[in-house]
Amino acid sequence: MHAHKENHAFEPKIVAFVCTWCTYAGADLAGTARLQYPANTRVVKFPCTGRIDPVFILRAFQKGADGVLVSGCHPGDCHYMAGNFHARRRFAAFRALLDFIGVDLNRLQFSWVSAAEGGKWVEVATELTERVRAMGPMREFRELETEEQWSGAIDTPELQAAYEAIP
Amino acid sequence: MSRIGVFVCHCGENIARTVDVEKVAAEAARLPGVAYATDYKYMCSDPGQNLLKNAVAEHRLDGIVVAACSPRMHEKTFRNAAKSAGLNPFLCEMANIREHCSWVHEDRDEATAKASDIVAMMVARVKKDKRLVPITVPVTKRALVIGGGIAGIQAALDIADAGHQVVLVEREPSIGGHMAQLSETFPTLDCSQCIMTPKMVDAANHPNITLHTYSEIESVDGYIGNFQITVRKKARSVIEEKCTGCGVCSAKCPQKKIPNAFDKNLGTRPAIYVPFPQAVPNTPVIDRANCTWFKTGKCGVCQKVCGPGAIDYEQEDRLIVEPVGAIVVATGFELYSITEKPKGSPIKGYGEFGHGTIPDVIDGLTFERLASASGPTGGKILRPSDGREPKQVVFVQCVGSRAREKGISYCSKICCMYTAKHTMLYKHKVHDGQAYVFFMDARTPGKSYDEFWRRAIEEEEAVYIRGMVSRLYQKGDKIVVMGSDVHVGVQVEIEADLVVLATAVQPRAGADTLAQKLGISYDSYHFYSEAHAKLKPVECATAGIYLAGACQGPKDIPDTVSQASAAAAKVMTLFAKDELEREPIVAKVNEKNCVACLYCKKVCPYGAVEEKEIRDRQGNLIRVVAYVNPGVCGGCGTCQASCPSKSVELDGYTDEQIMAMIEAL
Ligand SMILES: Cc1cc2nc3c(=O)[nH]c(=O)nc-3n(C[C@H](O)[C@H](O)[C@H](O)COP(=O)(O)OP(=O)(O)OC[C@H]3O[C@@H](n4cnc5c(N)ncnc54)[C@H](O)[C@@H]3O)c2cc1C
Ligand code: SF4
Ligand code: SF4
Repeated sequence: MHAHKENHAFEPKIVAFVCTWCTYAGADLAGTARLQYPANTRVVKFPCTGRIDPVFILRAFQKGADGVLVSGCHPGDCHYMAGNFHARRRFAAFRALLDFIGVDLNRLQFSWVSAAEGGKWVEVATELTERVRAMGPMREFRELETEEQWSGAIDTPELQAAYEAIP
Repeated sequence: MSRIGVFVCHCGENIARTVDVEKVAAEAARLPGVAYATDYKYMCSDPGQNLLKNAVAEHRLDGIVVAACSPRMHEKTFRNAAKSAGLNPFLCEMANIREHCSWVHEDRDEATAKASDIVAMMVARVKKDKRLVPITVPVTKRALVIGGGIAGIQAALDIADAGHQVVLVEREPSIGGHMAQLSETFPTLDCSQCIMTPKMVDAANHPNITLHTYSEIESVDGYIGNFQITVRKKARSVIEEKCTGCGVCSAKCPQKKIPNAFDKNLGTRPAIYVPFPQAVPNTPVIDRANCTWFKTGKCGVCQKVCGPGAIDYEQEDRLIVEPVGAIVVATGFELYSITEKPKGSPIKGYGEFGHGTIPDVIDGLTFERLASASGPTGGKILRPSDGREPKQVVFVQCVGSRAREKGISYCSKICCMYTAKHTMLYKHKVHDGQAYVFFMDARTPGKSYDEFWRRAIEEEEAVYIRGMVSRLYQKGDKIVVMGSDVHVGVQVEIEADLVVLATAVQPRAGADTLAQKLGISYDSYHFYSEAHAKLKPVECATAGIYLAGACQGPKDIPDTVSQASAAAAKVMTLFAKDELEREPIVAKVNEKNCVACLYCKKVCPYGAVEEKEIRDRQGNLIRVVAYVNPGVCGGCGTCQASCPSKSVELDGYTDEQIMAMIEAL
């Protein structure tokens, strides 16, 4: 069976931060089983989701990712016993922060994919790709970087209003 | 400027079919820092590896990216090749363009573009790679065996015979496990006690084996070659060193009517007891919940009659630390209980079988105790309710097993065989009796197994009825068994005197708690998981921990013993070396930056972070910093992601390396 190839106006870049033991192996299994999914994901391998610093996610968005996937072992199955629990807590807090600074949380997906879940890897990667494709490119961070809005110029009416409101 | 070499593998057709490998190599050649890029049909083959080695010399490469299969497949291969070419192996990385690319995408342009991206990311990474040197750690040549059933005993004896010290920890007052409870064993019908008790005694007397019975694992620290085990020796209330095992205390104990769990509660025992006469060690324990002294503060008979003065009512649990280098887990199984509805378990009970409310509906292990010459009936098959000899016995197989709707979908593997055995033992003891067996299929693979089963039918005249039992109910002093015979296509009703249910084999209650202490994985039923179903059937994924017996899955004795000896052989292989090499993927603290918040210490799952005092030459304390013990560090990197001052870094996964990959997007 050949998947029907469609041409989309926009192909998002998805960066996947995964742990070696579960999700990386799960993605390998998807390969061994010859399952098919969109070619948008780029995998960055970590020993454990516990190693994933939220800064990496910010940096990925800045550097052109339109969606980020973070995936590791199921709770209780961490190769390092508890790394994924620390990750879970850290990302719970981090999501709130992202939300606060205005990043659409639909661009960020956390999931658990075990070494035996090649099918689930395909599902997660496909779903996120399709979702982000529909959302269009992620501009906010990249523009920040390229346009150097940190210059201090008060160049929008909102900023001007805010500036004037300072007593 | 770096001099990176990129090698793009065709993997025969596996990669080249969907990825334009030449284009990937050509694009790689244009990346900054790449000194050499090529493609080759099979990089892992001998000529492929030579190509890599020659290129290192010829182009003076200081980093390598092999774009091929998953690093889980061949990272070792290529790192070794790099090493033999004189390059530090940790300067060699793999770009996974097979499992993560050519195999999962069909469009050639897309797959090629993705492969180029993956290569670019790995090139960026390899430029930030540091030379790392494997860490060597000493091996403590002492083994821990958890569980003293036949699996644990066999493993302990093998390792001890090879000349190594073994610590054998058993939860119950005696070793022996289930095999000590069995009557005669298939397929040869030799008496279980006769083959088991000598092994138990051997284990107890072996100069290399330290036995801790009535003990449990409190905690496990460390790693392969260097575990620290804390064993909780529960208070026996009897001083082991003083007790001679004369048994006077048990004989004189006024509390005599306590159901004996070893006999499946068919018989009784005193409050100070050994579970069975051949127990090893033969030292009794006081069951404090049922002891008059502990309940009322009066009695003290055992203390008065004990010649050597071995009774100690004040005894407390003791914690003993045992350093070991390897662990064999052999905690065995439990039978699915029809008497108690399993609490909090996803597994459903058997209301239709009376849930253990009908006294003459028993499980297979109870039948073993009835048939055992040293059992509560002296080997006579008698009904628990009225002590009468049953003339019609119905055996029901697959109770709980292969029953998805009840919550267990696996086959318990041993019940077909032991039920056939039970029909034979019954016929040998009750000549005019009739055995019926309800079964789904007879699964008898194994040497002499099918012949054994046929003998039950052809010589011992057991009537096998293919079909399931739908209901059991008491009618007078009979039990009516309602079932179907699918061969004949009729409903059957049998009025039985005794019903024996072959209930499912399950892991021990608490198997998950022990697994969490050990850091090993288990399946959804809590059977422990081997590292590879075919190629690593006795190793756990956690290095230095091995599995034996029914804790890994339902097993009969021959399979249990084979696995136990295999696990022992693995331990001996490990002990053949004085030192172990391990990957240097460990965290290091930058002491200049560390502010000693010790947040890393809180999050480290391995307890690898210690406090280090920095002192000047006079010995005055200047400040405290975090220190990671490289022997204990598991290499997860949780500390690094948690450190607010960015003072701890995981070798092999530094911020620089990861950031380089992200920037190459
Ligand atoms: C009714 C019946 C009849 C059978 N008949 C036969 C037969 O005829 N032939 C045959 O080949 N097989 C037979 N078997 C199978 C046989 O009993 C098993 O293959 C064998 O007992 C498995 O041995 P084991 O050591 O793995 O487990 P077990 O015998 O269960 O031993 C495990 C030991 O570990 C201890 N333990 C558990 N948890 C801990 C812990 N956390 N810490 C410390 N110690 C712990 C337990 O107390 C126990 O002593 C029969 C089984 C049943 C149920
Ligand atoms: S009477 Fe004393 S020595 Fe004898 S078995 Fe009891 S505790 Fe041991
Ligand atoms: S990497 Fe850090 S957190 Fe993980 S085991 Fe090592 S010291 Fe502990």
